[in-house]
Amino acid sequence: MTRLTINGRSLEVNVNPSTPLLWALREQVGLTGTKYGCGIAQCGACTVHIDGKAIRSCVMPVSAAVGKQVTTIEGLAANGVLHKVQKAWGDHEVPQCGYCQSGMIMAVAALLKDKPRPTDADIDASITNICRCGTFQQVREAIHAAAKA
Amino acid sequence: MITKTPKVGRRSFIIGSATVGAGLALGLKIPFGASVVRAQDGSPEITAWVVIRPDDTVVIRIARSEMGQGTLTGLAQMVAEELECDWSKVTTEYPTPGQSVARKRVWGDFSTGGSRGIRDSHQYVRQGGATARVMLVQAAADTWGVPVSECSAANSVITHKTSGRTTTYGKVAEAAAKLTPPANVSLKDPKDWKLIGKSVKRLDTMDKLTGVQVYGADLKLPGMLNAAIKDCPVFGGKVKSFEAAKVTGIPGVRHVVPVGDSAVAVVADTWWQAKTALDALPIVWDEGPNAQVSSATIAEMLKAGLDAEQAFVGNQNGDAKAAIAGAVKKIEAVYAYPFQNHAPMEPMNATARYTEDRCEVWGPTQNGEAAFAATLAASGLPADKCEFYKVHLGGGFGRRVAYQDYVTQAVLIAKQIPGTPVKLLWTREEDMLHGRYHPVMQCKLVGAFDASNNLTGLHMRLSGQSILSAVRPAALQDGKDPLTFQGLNATGDFAIGYTIPNLLIDHAMRNTHVPPGFWRGVNINQNAIFLECFVDELAHAAGQDALEFRRKLMSKHPKHLAVLNAVADRAGWGKPASRGVYRGLAQMMSFNSYVAACAEVSVTAGNKVKVHRIVAATDPGYAVNPAQIERQIAGSFVYGLSALFMEECTVKAGRIEQTNFHAYDSMRIAQMPKVESIIMPSGGFWGGVGEPTICVAAPAVLNAFFAATGKRIRTFPLKNHGVQMV
Repeated sequence: MTRLTINGRSLEVNVNPSTPLLWALREQVGLTGTKYGCGIAQCGACTVHIDGKAIRSCVMPVSAAVGKQVTTIEGLAANGVLHKVQKAWGDHEVPQCGYCQSGMIMAVAALLKDKPRPTDADIDASITNICRCGTFQQVREAIHAAAKA
Repeated sequence: MITKTPKVGRRSFIIGSATVGAGLALGLKIPFGASVVRAQDGSPEITAWVVIRPDDTVVIRIARSEMGQGTLTGLAQMVAEELECDWSKVTTEYPTPGQSVARKRVWGDFSTGGSRGIRDSHQYVRQGGATARVMLVQAAADTWGVPVSECSAANSVITHKTSGRTTTYGKVAEAAAKLTPPANVSLKDPKDWKLIGKSVKRLDTMDKLTGVQVYGADLKLPGMLNAAIKDCPVFGGKVKSFEAAKVTGIPGVRHVVPVGDSAVAVVADTWWQAKTALDALPIVWDEGPNAQVSSATIAEMLKAGLDAEQAFVGNQNGDAKAAIAGAVKKIEAVYAYPFQNHAPMEPMNATARYTEDRCEVWGPTQNGEAAFAATLAASGLPADKCEFYKVHLGGGFGRRVAYQDYVTQAVLIAKQIPGTPVKLLWTREEDMLHGRYHPVMQCKLVGAFDASNNLTGLHMRLSGQSILSAVRPAALQDGKDPLTFQGLNATGDFAIGYTIPNLLIDHAMRNTHVPPGFWRGVNINQNAIFLECFVDELAHAAGQDALEFRRKLMSKHPKHLAVLNAVADRAGWGKPASRGVYRGLAQMMSFNSYVAACAEVSVTAGNKVKVHRIVAATDPGYAVNPAQIERQIAGSFVYGLSALFMEECTVKAGRIEQTNFHAYDSMRIAQMPKVESIIMPSGGFWGGVGEPTICVAAPAVLNAFFAATGKRIRTFPLKNHGVQMV
């Protein structure tokens, strides 16, 4: 048994400690908003926050998350109010298929925490998620809108 | 027996298996008589496309698949326009293919490819909405005992003009559902549209912001097991043997099963357990003769086709060979286009539950009916004992349309564990090795000039794969694959935009063991590069401006010319660009839309390409939701330029070498150009939106790259030449 703190809730997961956090979240905790895309930390679909920093959960063993605050897309909204990134995403209609967007939103939320008014260069350096639908134009617009919100 | 299906978002619930039987039975009673067809919650169906709930909620049925392209919202707009309903009360649901088959295909074609979602169904879905409106108004008039001519409908409210009485759709729905649907209800004149043409918000955004949206990969059924699969890495190979005993003791592992004669699956409590056990499973493959094939042997085979005697003629006028023989000046070039994987973000998957009496499958597919057919075939059960439930796709791009291989596999696994639902999910590696790839094609082009630098002839010889030979051999025309000539035809929805006095476009079919598929844009992607880059080469050889040279050949193609002129004007063609910035043009007719692009690029250090700006125009006839069209245009440039710069699947020892995104890259936000869309619907025809603009992405950038560097690159992707997108 491994004890994790996920979206503010302390719970135990019964997995081999080497299991990637992504699969513990999806299969043990039942939080499927965090997606599997590549399994090798290339695409970013599995991005979650560990102590507020964006990480790719497909290559992080569950054991490495012990004692840390894990936040997933399901825990981003607070008290039923959408996070400003989610709000901007809706206003700008960013998602197409939407499969990569949980990871994209989590990556952007972490960026804005670190740099509340990011420049285009900051965005280019920090947001490296793959989106095959190609939503980048709306992603950039929505990041700037969220930063002003 | 599962009586509940998983919740799949608030706005797109799946009609549950419990009601499927009832639906089928009721379905056989319509369309005549007074029996009312009901949705799962008991609400009456007015027409097959419209269900109205007592609270005035309008449920619009969508037969095509939503995979990000926005067709769900666009099709709902089409129905709602004619229904005259309150848009804020609209929700949607997918009818199942099993119900459709039982009801004589009342929802028509489910296939969602070829940018046909709206352009092929606009007439009958609007008819479905209009017919329902007439029935609702008739029901209100009957209730009031007044002539229907004195009643009108707007915003889900029916008004009796003479008395001022009103009622709502929800109140008269039961009565309306009992009426016999009138035939030949007339549709609105496009100039009267209020909802079509408006950038209303997508209906499926909210759940994608919060992680609530359920994709196939996220499905969970009670008692479900999870499967990971390995198919023979060499296409056409088989499983020789596997040592199940080596992994059956691993915690969580329940079954190790063969899947057909070419694959093995491990079934476990969790997918991660199944995947790690599969990695540890010793499998011996019988790779067969295809293991001798490589990219080099395929390229040699295609090269031989460039000068072969026999070829299928796709477009011909005059005598191109004579014009070339008599030319004062002759220009020749050979291009080549590689295999590419679709790589949708959500890997292939399907969830199946089989018993001797019933087989049900849930999954992301671009063609519900094909997935249903695959379910029947793999289960061996008849149509009335099978069902397929669609869920939103995490990307499709053509991978999930012509092939339902992942559905077949899921059923074959579930069949070996009767009564237990099994979710099959591919690894990204499996997805990369078992794609249905963009076909390989080479092209030799020869252009002829007279002494005054007029283009007198063009021969374009294609050599390479036929998609139809692999997916739909019955559609070949005396052996010819007409789809090979997309964008190069004399007429139709893929017509060439140039008039050339002597023209020959032909195809030497050279098929490989690597299975080809419809890849967003399909064959027009390579054809646009071949034609539009070579036209640029011809203009350069003639010492003429690339725009002026094209215009001279386009006087008989006003719609092609209009989009080209639009991008040239907006981009400022002919006026100086910023220092170090160079422009390139391309135009095509693609999926019945006219498209053009002007790219602005700069090149530093000879190989670092920055695409600053793309001006893209499309004339799709009618623009149902302009905001979504803009997004499809911008997205198509991401897909198209990723392909141009980065993407190639190479073959070694019969198998694909690239196993994940580290070796098969995709554009990131830092590389994204500013895309300016010009949507210029001219009316009178219906063109596609999801795919058309992708084809002009690569040639516009390549022509700009030439303008910047003087270098023509004719084989792809550009990374093979050390050229990077920055």
